[in-house]
Amino acid sequence: MQALTPAPAAIELRGIDKSFGVVHAVRGVSLRIEPGTITGIVGENGAGKSTLMSILYGLYRADAGEIWIGGQPAEMASPRDAIGHGIGMVHQHFMLIDTFTVLENLVLGAEGGALLAGGLAAARAELARLARDYGLSVDPDARVADLSVGEQQRVEILKVLFRGARILILDEPSAVLTPQETDRLFDILRTLKARGVTIILITHKLREIVAATDRVYVMRQGKIVAERRTRDTGSEELAELMVGRKVRLDLEKVPVRQGEILLSTEHLSLVDDRGVRLLDDVGIELRAGEIVGIAGITGNGQSELLQVLSGIRAPSAGRLTVCGHTIDPGHPGNPAHMRELGLAHVPEDRLRQGLVAAFLASETSILGYQDGPPFTRNYLLDGPAVGAHCAELMERFDVRPRSPGLRSSHFSGGNQQKLVLAREIARLPRVLLVGQPTRGVDIGAIEFIHRELVKARDSGCAMLVVSVELDEILSLADRILVMFAGRIVGEVEPGRADERTLGLMMTGAAAA
Amino acid sequence: MDEAFSFVFLMLASTLRVATPLVLCAMGGLFSEKGGIVDVGLEGKMLMAAFFAAATSAITGSAWAGVAAAVIAAEALALLHGLACVTYRGNQVVSGVAINILAAGLTVVLGTAWFARGGQTPPLVGDQRLMPIFLPEAGDNILVYVALLSVPFTWWIIARTRFGLRLRAVGEMPLAVDAAGLSVASLRYRAVLLCGLFAGLAGAYLSIGQNAGFSRDMTAGQGFIALAAIIFGKWRAWPAFGACLIFGLLDAVAIRLQGVRLPGLGEVPVQLIQAMPYLLTMFLLAGFIGRAVAPKAAGVPYEKEH
Repeated sequence: MQALTPAPAAIELRGIDKSFGVVHAVRGVSLRIEPGTITGIVGENGAGKSTLMSILYGLYRADAGEIWIGGQPAEMASPRDAIGHGIGMVHQHFMLIDTFTVLENLVLGAEGGALLAGGLAAARAELARLARDYGLSVDPDARVADLSVGEQQRVEILKVLFRGARILILDEPSAVLTPQETDRLFDILRTLKARGVTIILITHKLREIVAATDRVYVMRQGKIVAERRTRDTGSEELAELMVGRKVRLDLEKVPVRQGEILLSTEHLSLVDDRGVRLLDDVGIELRAGEIVGIAGITGNGQSELLQVLSGIRAPSAGRLTVCGHTIDPGHPGNPAHMRELGLAHVPEDRLRQGLVAAFLASETSILGYQDGPPFTRNYLLDGPAVGAHCAELMERFDVRPRSPGLRSSHFSGGNQQKLVLAREIARLPRVLLVGQPTRGVDIGAIEFIHRELVKARDSGCAMLVVSVELDEILSLADRILVMFAGRIVGEVEPGRADERTLGLMMTGAAAA
Repeated sequence: MDEAFSFVFLMLASTLRVATPLVLCAMGGLFSEKGGIVDVGLEGKMLMAAFFAAATSAITGSAWAGVAAAVIAAEALALLHGLACVTYRGNQVVSGVAINILAAGLTVVLGTAWFARGGQTPPLVGDQRLMPIFLPEAGDNILVYVALLSVPFTWWIIARTRFGLRLRAVGEMPLAVDAAGLSVASLRYRAVLLCGLFAGLAGAYLSIGQNAGFSRDMTAGQGFIALAAIIFGKWRAWPAFGACLIFGLLDAVAIRLQGVRLPGLGEVPVQLIQAMPYLLTMFLLAGFIGRAVAPKAAGVPYEKEH
């Protein structure tokens, strides 16, 4: 018998188990989270960390296991129960209603009466108090749609605090933030911790775990594979634990050997139906054998730039030259034509643009190249040829499982991405546009994809990489261009760039 | 002068009479659509309600029993729509169309079986109809005033109450409502049932208020006109009310102009004027109301992953 009972854990999970059909997402997970600490849960995509938190928050029901809150067993049948136990969750995709004001979003579900007026007034006062106590200020009457992403996240945190939560779960909170905003978020979290709030941080970014947490749990394939005090561990060890083998986080590259200009733009602009300038006077030169990285916060014209360069959208003004062929508003291109010129495109959103989820892997492997030999003969697809082509790509790019006959949707994100990349690289394009090369992709696959991109560059391909992951831009790119509000606001050499200066440029606060 | 006054008065009264079912339907539809449930079945609910109002009133001799029966009939269809769209997450347009077809067929079948008058109910007299209250010459009745009051009521509920806030939220982003610990299904059912209530009143108005009995397909597309009024009004109560009045006015003008010879034009084809609300709807929808601002989740069944 213990003489002294330790303080009850803020949260204790015992043997939590959950399956979705044949997928065993969470396997007998037990963990203990002390009050007033920041605990990190890391793992690759699909490791089960989000599922585990959804169970804790009452969004899913566990098949087996117990949840204890503050030393008492708790039943989490719905988010209402979780909220009742003082648990609040900040989701990766914000649960905010765009057309509502901050105040309206705040009170939704906790209006304090059948009529709104009283509840809104009380919420306004409470918001002012929270702003004072935690240093979280937001204009209560602003429409959420008009707020920056960082501010929207602050509203999410305020929403949770407003409901009196003492336990805060954050799911990939920095995915949409600039480095500066992320730093500010961590400051906020530390303030919350100092006020006794218990915080759980789910992320796959190891740097953030190391920077912000007290303790970290590593998940792999639905299981907790390790528990560490943060100060006793580091990124290298955590990465190895996550993947289950040694991972090289740094990328080896030979010095760049620039060749001729293969793609260039002059005064390229794009204006939408409502007169909004999406691209503003963009001038880019892309040379054979180099990787140009485009850094920027999502929504500053990167997507539109890829669309125009790949021929999906015609520019409103200016011109674009690809392998000696000029495209301007009077002579718009189209993706098929661009492909013939030797330009390949790995789209940002692979599920919408990169592949058709319902198609077989073999069909995905020829999308865009299906017309004519070797895949089409006499207007009919040559099934065996397509299958053989897919099998070859899968072998070369280590796509698992190696099943050309499996639906594309049944592959994991990383394997889908490898398949799309394989399809585009296999044609040895002269110019390759890559949007978010590793979004939703596991660390192991990231390593592989990065190596393949560098290989293509070394063989003389001119490459443009757009990514919201600064780490990725910094390790891949030979030159970095920063986009803000549809403009290229600066160019940086990766050797001289750091996240801080890039972050400032990305918010338009500094120029190179 | 007196004649001019009387003309304006009669036109206004006529406009309001014609607009009443549109207004009721539009307010009902507004609740439904604000909550994210598209209701193409307004027409069918109104038709079914009109039939049961007239049938019940003819049998019991009480107009009030008729109104009650109308509401019950419309609510039954509303529940069916809720079951299809909320519980079973079916396609909302398909469910609405099915309700319209069901109502069009069932009213005639039941009418023929019960009254043997080719689908019509017996003509209603005296207390079997809703009687004028203040202005007999204008043909007002209680439901005209209910319709007028329904507009501020709808506006107030949606803009100023907790239920309204949640309703708007569930029409914009049901996931956020779920995450806030509220029941998406319960909110949407309430929206659908409110819609049924108003559609029921609109149907009762048609068969035992404005007319003296039910005749087959008597709603004649007014449910769709009410939907158009909602879109016109950009899903807001007062502008939708305005759209209903415009449609009502066009209809009133059409009735006035029947057989009238206009100088230089000759007799105006009455079909043309009757087509005006539809033409106007298409014309305005094609480009005059600007960007549509429908609730974002309208028409989308809410499905939690797994």
